[in-house]
Amino acid sequence: MTDLAVGAVAGTLAPRRRFVLLRRLAAHRSFQIGLVLVLLLALAAIFAPFLTSVDPSAMKVRFRFRPPSAAFPFGTDNFGRDIFTRVLYGARVSLWIGLVVAISTGVIGAAIGVVAAQFPRLDPYLMRCMDALMSFPAILLALGVTAALGPRMESVIIALAVAYVPAGARIVRASALVVRELDYIAAARIAGASNFRIMIRHILPNSVSPLLVHVTFVFAYAILAEAALSFLGVGVPPPTASWGNIIAEGRDYATEAWWVMLFPGLGITLSALGLNLLGDGLRDVLDPRLNWRG
Amino acid sequence: MSRLITVRILQAVPVILIVSVLAFLLITLLPGDPAVVIAGDQASPAAIAAVRHNLGLDKPLIEQLGIWFVHLLQGNFGSSLMLNQSVLSAMGERLPVTLSLAALSILVTLPVGIFAGVIAAYYRQTWVDSLVMTLALIGVSAPAFWIAILSILFFGVYLRWLPTSGYTPFFPNPVLWLRSLVLPALMLSLFQIGFLARMTRSAMLEALGQDFVRTARAKGLSEWKAVGKHAFRNALILIVTAIGILLSTAIGGSVVLEQVFALPGVGRLVVQGILARDYPLVQGVMLIYGFAFVVINLAVDLLYTVLDPRVRYD
Repeated sequence: MTDLAVGAVAGTLAPRRRFVLLRRLAAHRSFQIGLVLVLLLALAAIFAPFLTSVDPSAMKVRFRFRPPSAAFPFGTDNFGRDIFTRVLYGARVSLWIGLVVAISTGVIGAAIGVVAAQFPRLDPYLMRCMDALMSFPAILLALGVTAALGPRMESVIIALAVAYVPAGARIVRASALVVRELDYIAAARIAGASNFRIMIRHILPNSVSPLLVHVTFVFAYAILAEAALSFLGVGVPPPTASWGNIIAEGRDYATEAWWVMLFPGLGITLSALGLNLLGDGLRDVLDPRLNWRG
Repeated sequence: MSRLITVRILQAVPVILIVSVLAFLLITLLPGDPAVVIAGDQASPAAIAAVRHNLGLDKPLIEQLGIWFVHLLQGNFGSSLMLNQSVLSAMGERLPVTLSLAALSILVTLPVGIFAGVIAAYYRQTWVDSLVMTLALIGVSAPAFWIAILSILFFGVYLRWLPTSGYTPFFPNPVLWLRSLVLPALMLSLFQIGFLARMTRSAMLEALGQDFVRTARAKGLSEWKAVGKHAFRNALILIVTAIGILLSTAIGGSVVLEQVFALPGVGRLVVQGILARDYPLVQGVMLIYGFAFVVINLAVDLLYTVLDPRVRYD
């Protein structure tokens, strides 16, 4: 996702600047480490069926609560299911949810932000709605929405998108408001460009950098939030493995079989770590002014 | 200044209205017939009709919204189905637990997070910076509930230093109260400290790079005065804006950690409400938290304008 997105930003810039940006990214140490981590985890998720020959839901009660060994690298749970396999398949669910939430947050946030900046009469209505959504703590809002929609993967995605869109919209609006005042927008308008064309061709591409940084962090938050929701029993329902619900199931016998909940937690930590590092790198290179955003 | 403050307060009014409508929609947008969802699949038609009537769901939507607002103006935030109690009193009983947890966690977060961020910025690009920032990064990346379970295993089960779960109120026994909250509050702080340290470092780096810090050093001020008084006070403006976010993530995090540590707080109440399909309870709690954060965000905004005389837009 990141490669593609970097390309999308760079595509709007002159060739030489694009080259400089990519080289600066490639030389950025957090970006390198983050990229390697995220790529490894993504590859493990994509090629899960080739990395393990076991079915993630296959129960072998004979082998229940086996500690990590050569046969079961991450051990087995109370049903004798192979935790290594479940963590691999859980990566598919957790990373997929994070990716879809990140992309939809970016697209919807960009749309709302650009429209708010371009149409001053709509601006107060849109932004007060965003303020209202941001008044709820993100997890609580997501909890309410998943509760209303029922425990399904789609509900989790919608709930997290609702929770993270407002910040994205605010970021795009802020940079679009700056871009809107620049001379070349006036030039485009004099040349007869429509509102729509100005938004899509001129304002949006120049507001993308801060949004891209935000979206990378949203990817990490979404993975953490999905795990929390599934842990609370309102996220991805079992038997489908997600990192959150493996921990929830493993928690009841954590004293006897610590390995069940240890490994999915490491998966969450490493992917959030990788994405945060990527986000730090993108922020330093694309948007030095945004440094304070934590 | 006063004009800016008036504009900000006036902006909060529509936000409060929208927060109320959003909380209202939570029940009315339930897919299918909300009365069936709330009464359960096995309920008899008469029971479903009773639920529908009790919640006023048999009236037109606009009328329901009107009644909702009238109730809110009367201070009626709805009643829990499972507890047979008003949301306000149910929340009132559990709020002290959640607030103690959030307050303790912020009490730990503020000094540690700010100190870590300032140190990392001051010694930037040295091993101190790398060490502090790596720890901060782990703090914002590791799921708190997972670290919390591991910490229960280590401090509660293995070392037996602290209780593994449960809550003791402050009044009979403050020592046991503190012991029951130490681990949850620390776990809640991990993300917060990481977040605040990362933000403080960036704010400090920006402030340290400013001309006025160079001037302060050039005119012979001690390093302590140049960094502590000139740079830090400027960074403080950005740190203040982080407090609203910290409070919000503390309340969000308490929902999950109260579940892990079996603390009888508002977060645990919400989760129980959701699992029992007690939607009016969930709605009421979200509404009250929503209102609280409209006020908190407004206060942070106003504080920000007071602290930074350069803010003059409206």
